[in-house]
Amino acid sequence: MPAALSISGLTKAFDRPVVKGVDLTVGAGEFYALLGPNGAGKTTILRMVAGLLKPDSGSISILGIDALADPVSAKRRMAWVSDEPMVYDRLTPLEYLDFVAGLWQVDPARARQTAHDLIDWLGLSPHANELCGGFSKGMLQKVALAGALVHDPDLIILDEPLTGLDAGSARQVKDVLRSKTAAGVTVIMTTHILEVAERMAERIGVIAEGRLIAEGTLEELRTRIGRETTLEEIFLDLVAQGAAENGLSKQDAA
Amino acid sequence: MTFAPASLPWLAAHEFRLAWRDTLAMMTGGRRVRLFGWLAGGGTVFGIMLLIAWFAVRPWVEAGIVIDKQALVMISGMGLLFWTVTLSQALEAVTRVYYGRSDLDLILSSPASSARLFAVRAGTVFVSTTALGLVLVSPLVMALVLQDGPRWFSAFLVIIALAALSVAVAMAVTRLLFRLTGPRRTRLIAQIVAGIVGAGFVIGIQAAAILSHEGFSRLAFFQSDAIVAAAPASDSLLWLPARAALGEPMPALLMIALSLIAFAATAALIAPSYGRLATAAAGLNHVRGQRRPQKRAFRPASQRQALRRKEFLLLQRDPWLLSQTLMQLLYLVPPALLLWINYGASSGDGTFIVIVPVLVMACGQLAGGLAWLAISGEDAHDLVATAPLTPSTILRAKIEAVLTIIALVMAPLLLMIGLAASPMALVTAACAAAAAAASTTIQLWFRVTAKRSMFRRRQVASRAATLCEAFSSILWAGTGALWAAGLPLAIGPAILALLVLAIARLLAPRQG
Repeated sequence: MPAALSISGLTKAFDRPVVKGVDLTVGAGEFYALLGPNGAGKTTILRMVAGLLKPDSGSISILGIDALADPVSAKRRMAWVSDEPMVYDRLTPLEYLDFVAGLWQVDPARARQTAHDLIDWLGLSPHANELCGGFSKGMLQKVALAGALVHDPDLIILDEPLTGLDAGSARQVKDVLRSKTAAGVTVIMTTHILEVAERMAERIGVIAEGRLIAEGTLEELRTRIGRETTLEEIFLDLVAQGAAENGLSKQDAA
Repeated sequence: MTFAPASLPWLAAHEFRLAWRDTLAMMTGGRRVRLFGWLAGGGTVFGIMLLIAWFAVRPWVEAGIVIDKQALVMISGMGLLFWTVTLSQALEAVTRVYYGRSDLDLILSSPASSARLFAVRAGTVFVSTTALGLVLVSPLVMALVLQDGPRWFSAFLVIIALAALSVAVAMAVTRLLFRLTGPRRTRLIAQIVAGIVGAGFVIGIQAAAILSHEGFSRLAFFQSDAIVAAAPASDSLLWLPARAALGEPMPALLMIALSLIAFAATAALIAPSYGRLATAAAGLNHVRGQRRPQKRAFRPASQRQALRRKEFLLLQRDPWLLSQTLMQLLYLVPPALLLWINYGASSGDGTFIVIVPVLVMACGQLAGGLAWLAISGEDAHDLVATAPLTPSTILRAKIEAVLTIIALVMAPLLLMIGLAASPMALVTAACAAAAAAASTTIQLWFRVTAKRSMFRRRQVASRAATLCEAFSSILWAGTGALWAAGLPLAIGPAILALLVLAIARLLAPRQG
């Protein structure tokens, strides 16, 4: 079975290099958390995987499909959820899901059923026919997540999906993601909430200065820094190590 | 110089700094060298306008300008036309003072006085309205100053006075709308009122001119014997602005003093309620509109159909579109009136020289606006970009949506023309299609990733696209007029329109 995501030698520069030769493999059905300080290059990597940015060099393979050579086939298998919910103010959640199902060419009967199930599941039923324009950030994020799930993707990529959510909404989103990985869907997520990564991710990757500086399970990362501690301490230590190699202070790095 | 924090001058300095940086950024795009281009380009355009104005007023100056009733009627009429344009602008700008968020939440949540903030923002609207007026009128005034003497400088005072009056009326109307219709509807109604005011008077005069003279000239209307005879005597107070513009010192001073007092008094009266109303307007962001479930939801559709259906739904629910379409339709009233008057008359072809270009121009402009909304104004850009379809399929579907709407708007008008003179319907359809296609293509080449709410700023975001779109529509309108007149010269503007399209292609940024 091919890896859900396999990237190799990925680079990207804007006015300066932001991603510097990243290699990363995520297995099918895995929950993978990508951590890193602000500006480390996490979002840039994921946007390249989602087909929203073109890499300068390197390769991206999604479930065995070369995403750079055949982006349409790759996109058919995955979903992207950004930190800013991509929802139309003047569509209702149901209309939005109808639109997304149309883009992914989901069978209409199945799309209708899935859309209603998702709306129920995410607690949006009372608002199913209200325009999204007046929704809170949490509600918008749930609509966006429903959009990502309505076409049953095999790979879900989420960039800071829990930012700005209240505890209840965050719990719902986490439950949805857990059930999806239990069903064999691969989830790759960036987050600044280390507790979420610690509890949910099977493997964690740490990005700093555009490089993947560490990767593994929580235990493997603990072994690497040589002490039994929290992910927060591990993260800060690893980033500081990376920064020391680049001549930055610990505060600058974190 | 430093001012006490949160004082009136401190807030004014803050506004000025933001406005200045905003303007500079829009003009230069971060590259100072572009500023010289703007200065050179602006100077050239001003020079050309001055030259046109020079020759336009020359016969009048050579004949000797006499301040009689006819001159007063004409200057007042033209002044009124100009005032409706500034009033329309002021209405839009004052509405933004209440509804534009940006830093409003920050300032309203601070201990700074909201009344002072309103005073400063009303002042900003006054300054921008005055600047617009001065830019529009200065070539004409300078042509008169250079040929007839410095007394015409007082026309600038009249511009300032009219701008102050416009803003005062706009503030009063907006406040009244808040009271009568509430914050939820005020913005939309104010936009529609602004559109109607901006276009309504011009159109009303044209309609009156058509009905009375079967002509199209506003100047001729103001110079007609019937209008001059019906106007009040020369010593009436009604002619105060015209006399002020003609350089009479007392009317000029009276005019500027009265209008500034009206502006200050209105601002002072309305300012205390600003914080409350702006907060109520902010609350609208959390209001949820209920919709009936779509009957056609979750039906089999291709990806392009799904995209088109989404575009139709969003355009249909766009209040901006509603007001703009209303304005476009208002502009079509005079030609429709001409058509109606001449309907059935076999000698109607002359009428089409007027109707065809108006329709073509309206079509080009409407297509440009719709194309921007559909192609650039994509609120869920990431979603569409990560969907499993090629970029060309996305663009094709969006263009189809725009052209379908244009076709729906134009079809009944073309049918009417077709009933009167079928060859003219063909001419209109061909030129309107060319204008719409050109505007859409320009928007396609200059596409950006933007939110639909940024529509208002689209013209400043790419002035090259705006100018190309305008020139293209004008040239296709010219082609239509000449073709309708049966002149082979029609090929001239058509070639120029294609040249404009080629220039647009060269100026357009490379799409990555």
